Amino acid sequence: MGIFEWSATFYGLLVASAPIFIQATILTLKLTAAALGIGILIGLVFAMMKISTNRLFSCIADAYITVIRGTPLIVQIFWIYYGLAPVLDVPAFWAASLGLAIHNGAYIAEIFRGGIQSISRGQMEAARSLGMSYLLAMRRIILPQAFKRSIPPLGNQFIIGLKDSSLAAFVTMPELFMTAMRRAAHQPGYALEYYTIAGAYYLALVVIFSFLVRKLERRLDVDK
Amino acid sequence: MIEVRQLNKYFGDLHVLKDVDLKVAQGEVVCLIGASGSGKSTLLRCINFLERAQSGEIYIQGRLVNPGKDDLDKIRQEVGMVFQLFNLFPHKNVLENVIEAPVMVKKIPVKQATEEALALLEKVGLSDKAESYPSQLSGGQKQRVAIARALAMRPKIMLFDEPTSALDPELVGEVLAVMKQLAREGMTMIVVTHEMAFAREVANWVVYMDEGRIVEVSKPAQIFDAPREARTREFLRRVLQTNNQQSATA
Repeated sequence: MGIFEWSATFYGLLVASAPIFIQATILTLKLTAAALGIGILIGLVFAMMKISTNRLFSCIADAYITVIRGTPLIVQIFWIYYGLAPVLDVPAFWAASLGLAIHNGAYIAEIFRGGIQSISRGQMEAARSLGMSYLLAMRRIILPQAFKRSIPPLGNQFIIGLKDSSLAAFVTMPELFMTAMRRAAHQPGYALEYYTIAGAYYLALVVIFSFLVRKLERRLDVDK
Repeated sequence: MIEVRQLNKYFGDLHVLKDVDLKVAQGEVVCLIGASGSGKSTLLRCINFLERAQSGEIYIQGRLVNPGKDDLDKIRQEVGMVFQLFNLFPHKNVLENVIEAPVMVKKIPVKQATEEALALLEKVGLSDKAESYPSQLSGGQKQRVAIARALAMRPKIMLFDEPTSALDPELVGEVLAVMKQLAREGMTMIVVTHEMAFAREVANWVVYMDEGRIVEVSKPAQIFDAPREARTREFLRRVLQTNNQQSATA
């Protein structure tokens, strides 16, 4: 089969499978949004714990970040899905989202920590000298500046998180990758085509997302 | 107003404040002078508890402060501080910098805080800069905003930590002018400075520190014209010589 005929077949499959892949894309986006939304909260809490002068807090944060960064994401997802979900009756969607959130949270914690520590000490001192409490100074003075500086690495982490959501396929989620696997199993001989289609969807999502992040960076004038 | 008794501060093995005693009465201006590393700034930072001294007592308005138990945030509301590097909040404009603490800490309504802030900005000569961001201001303007920001909390005492040391020489005067006006209005002030002319003109007392100790506390006329201590004389001779050389070249 020449490249021309293959392209025609591929195009036919792409169009024919569009409805089911678009549905899968929506699920992929839902998984990613849940994972990163929770991941940001986890990241914020653990970043604050890690920079805390309280030894217990910083040790817990250290342990969390070390364990999560030191073990594979698929193992973490299976821990939750096979370990926790049956006991606590967590649906597959939330098991997958939570696994992804806990994983991304560790990396986001380090991104936020770097952002917070890049803000000069004088900012905290000035805020405290005006009578602001530590937490108020964090919320009003340090975090807004730190968050702005965290946007470029955060955008990068979001792209990783989006693609990592493909591992939810292994806990029964019919997202993009699972859909490609099912189609390929259903129509033997077209595996290459279906995995290429799945890849194209991811690529499109990443390109759109990168564009949005760049726009946000420019809007917020991140360099300043 | 403020009294420091037998204050000792260590950074690790380094003994930076040694049995420091200092008394500042209501309405007085006290200038702290001395070489870098003599402990002037550390003393100032201990007074509003940005640094914690290992031993000694600090009385603010007659009350002994217990840093372990007392609400330091409350105490700091009474003690304004101006920093060498301004430390304005870069993500907020001038007006927002000034009203931030009154609104968030004292819960003053935004409208009232804004009126007060505009009055303070007028006082420091920056009414037209209320909407500007710190990055759009000169060093002298930044420092004047920082003074207005500290005053917005209506402090009883103002601490200045080398407020003009980071400024270009031609911008020093505008900041000192604001500080002189404050002194005339009766604000109690402790000023760490290298501006000897300012100290001579404005201070009620000049405190010379060396190696973590207070060496001499005198009236400006005495300390500049006839210092009692040999070390003070030596320090002033070196400083004034450099100043003269600078003005000769300028």
